[in-house]
Amino acid sequence: MAEELQKPSDLRIGVFVCECGLNIAGTIDCAAVSKYAETLDDVVAVVQNKYTCADPGQNEIKKAIAAHKLNRVVVASCTPKIHEPTFRQCVADAGLNPYLFEMVNIREQCSWVHQNEKELATEKAKDLVRSGVARARVLEPQTEAEVPVTKAALVIGGGVAGIQAALDLADGGHQVYLVEKEPTIGGIMAALDKTYPTMDCSI
Amino acid sequence: MMDVGRHPKVELMTFSEVESITGFVGNFNVRVRQKARYVDASECTICAECAEVCPVAIPDAYQQGFSSRKAIYLPFPQAVPSAYVLDMENCLGNNPIACGKCAEVCEKKCIDYDDQDKFVDLEVGVIIAATGMDVYDPTAYDEYGYTRYENVITSMEFERLICAGGPTDGHFIRPSDRKAPQSIGFIQCVGSRSRDGRGNPYCSNICCMNTVKDTLLLCDHYPGIATKVFYMDIRAFGKGFEDLYMRSREEGVRYIRGIPGTVVENPENGNLVLTVENTTTGQLEEHELEMLVLSQGVIPRRDGDQIKHLLTLSTTSDGFIMESHPKLKPVDAPTKGVFIAGCMESPKDVKDSVTQAGAAAARASILLNAGKTRIEAITSQINSELCNFCGICAKVCPYNAILAPDRKAKKAPIIIQAACAGCGACAAECPQDAIGMRHFTNDQIMAQVDAILAVEPQKHLVTFACNWCSYAGGDNAGTARLQYPTSCRLIRTMCSGRVDEKFIMRAFRMGAPMVLVSGCHFADCHYISAVRWTQKRMDRIWSKLDRLGIRDDRLRLEWISAAEGQKFAKVMRELEDKVKSVTKEEIEFTMKVLAEEEAKAQEKKAKRQLEVTVL
Repeated sequence: MAEELQKPSDLRIGVFVCECGLNIAGTIDCAAVSKYAETLDDVVAVVQNKYTCADPGQNEIKKAIAAHKLNRVVVASCTPKIHEPTFRQCVADAGLNPYLFEMVNIREQCSWVHQNEKELATEKAKDLVRSGVARARVLEPQTEAEVPVTKAALVIGGGVAGIQAALDLADGGHQVYLVEKEPTIGGIMAALDKTYPTMDCSI
Repeated sequence: MMDVGRHPKVELMTFSEVESITGFVGNFNVRVRQKARYVDASECTICAECAEVCPVAIPDAYQQGFSSRKAIYLPFPQAVPSAYVLDMENCLGNNPIACGKCAEVCEKKCIDYDDQDKFVDLEVGVIIAATGMDVYDPTAYDEYGYTRYENVITSMEFERLICAGGPTDGHFIRPSDRKAPQSIGFIQCVGSRSRDGRGNPYCSNICCMNTVKDTLLLCDHYPGIATKVFYMDIRAFGKGFEDLYMRSREEGVRYIRGIPGTVVENPENGNLVLTVENTTTGQLEEHELEMLVLSQGVIPRRDGDQIKHLLTLSTTSDGFIMESHPKLKPVDAPTKGVFIAGCMESPKDVKDSVTQAGAAAARASILLNAGKTRIEAITSQINSELCNFCGICAKVCPYNAILAPDRKAKKAPIIIQAACAGCGACAAECPQDAIGMRHFTNDQIMAQVDAILAVEPQKHLVTFACNWCSYAGGDNAGTARLQYPTSCRLIRTMCSGRVDEKFIMRAFRMGAPMVLVSGCHFADCHYISAVRWTQKRMDRIWSKLDRLGIRDDRLRLEWISAAEGQKFAKVMRELEDKVKSVTKEEIEFTMKVLAEEEAKAQEKKAKRQLEVTVL
């Protein structure tokens, strides 16, 4: 395999279990999950927070990275689609490569969908944390490529939305290409007589 | 409209369509087809002499077919660019001997029958898509008689009949006898909030207020006209809307809560008789009206598939384009550097369209102003020492980001990092395991599989879900609090195309009763066509399981979109029974067979390596 399994001899993983108010803690026994996380190999710090994404929660992560010399961070909270960027930034601020962070979703895909099965949901959360920690062990630091942004915009559609977007960008000094399928711009708006709530002319 | 037409920073490309888009955030290459207009827009003075001599008359779509236009025409007086266009499909001038009249009279000589489509290549950093909407065709609501009765019109037709620039110069008349109607009715929710399959289940957002506006226009132009609105709810939720609605009621417009069941024309006078249950009084009522307006709903653009494919956009269950996040990123498309605005996202009025367009422009400006952006480190990498130059990776890459290897020269393929989007289809298909995905390595995914199955493996449904659709579909189920059994243990990959046969076999070998692979529907794949490799690979794996005597229905493939939380929950409920149906003996047998398979494969590999060393 291209990436040989290279286990750094001094793996130090921190696990942060989020209660998300009652969104998670209302269903999952977060204390039990935290306690379980402590038993996992290479886990040297476990912190339970009311809201890990809030400033106090993020500060806990930063503090733990410094205090325990963490080199991997696992947050068990919501979907990475919302807060992965938040926590990547947080660990980066604390000097850790953001790709050494792993997120475990125990809200959208656990507490919210198993509200009537509290014990089983807690067991599932433990499994997911175990899986996240296992992945964290073999995470590798990555460098993001920085690419230039061509200073021009394409707007597709010359109705009222396209016109407004094109004007705003152009007024901001950017080159805009406004592409419209029909022989004229205006779209549906141009076929209207008056528009509410001002009852004025559409064109 | 004129502002944008004359803005020095805006290059207006009308009568044009985007043909292809390649590249990535900050660096998109766009090819635009400028359709032949046959009239030089920069020279045309809209003197109208061409249209005067044109012998062709066809229904004018802008005027909803209430009047005609010529084959050479100005779409409407305020059109931008202010220039005629020749509708070649209807023109006789294809053959100048047959006609050619317009070219003869054009003093500026700006008509050219030989004009051709042109292609223009653009380089842009960001894209804002605002391709708009279509309106619902009320033909399916046969009981309203839209196709049978002349005096039943749609709300778009109403706009042209009441407009001073319309076919009747703003004199509101009914089509059957061109007389001004003394009474008029509006039926709301035509094609909206429909549960019977003829219309759409969603609320079209704008029709209530549009009708309120129409009633006020009528009261203003024709004091004393009897106006009735048949509705199920009036949704006047926006700023200033309730005031407008109250004004309409105060002007004497009657609002009757009830949707008519039938509309019948009185053949003597062309009037329309509506039968409706007034749900406020509980009475069955009849209303005779001289004219009827169907308040038609908003639908996604009928030609919307093209833009979806160009920008790899997805739709929500209503068919409108899905945003990156409904609350936090409402104008970002999931594809970085692409933003959405207007009715392509959902039905909305002018104010909301303008607001959203401003937001999209502001979001796009962040990238443009920064001048640079970072790309997530999830691209593919090759270990050329392991490569056997088969070239499969180059074949499967949907982005042509892999330059094919040279077998003779023993040159490994080259992966263009900037073009790689990170789907991982190449890594999953590479027979040599020579390709790895950054941040989604084999080891990382295998570690997850092993960890999940380390405790009570027989109870777990090992699920691989793609980041964009299926994982988001799972999130969607959570946001909607849809309850399903707890057996699912999910592993996220960027694309289902990343799910290697190895991962699935490992799960079975570790004692998983069921494995689910879940990805985007073919049309929604965020990696153009990578999902097709998922399908092919799964077919292969099913055959293999079959061959090994393992029930192939223990491996399941499901396409679940980001909007399909319901489907995600349903699949989970369905598979729970499947998980329970797998016996302990079956699992043990599977583990044994696969362990033997693995030993055989390793033996083979060792032998091959030995041969290579000897050679």
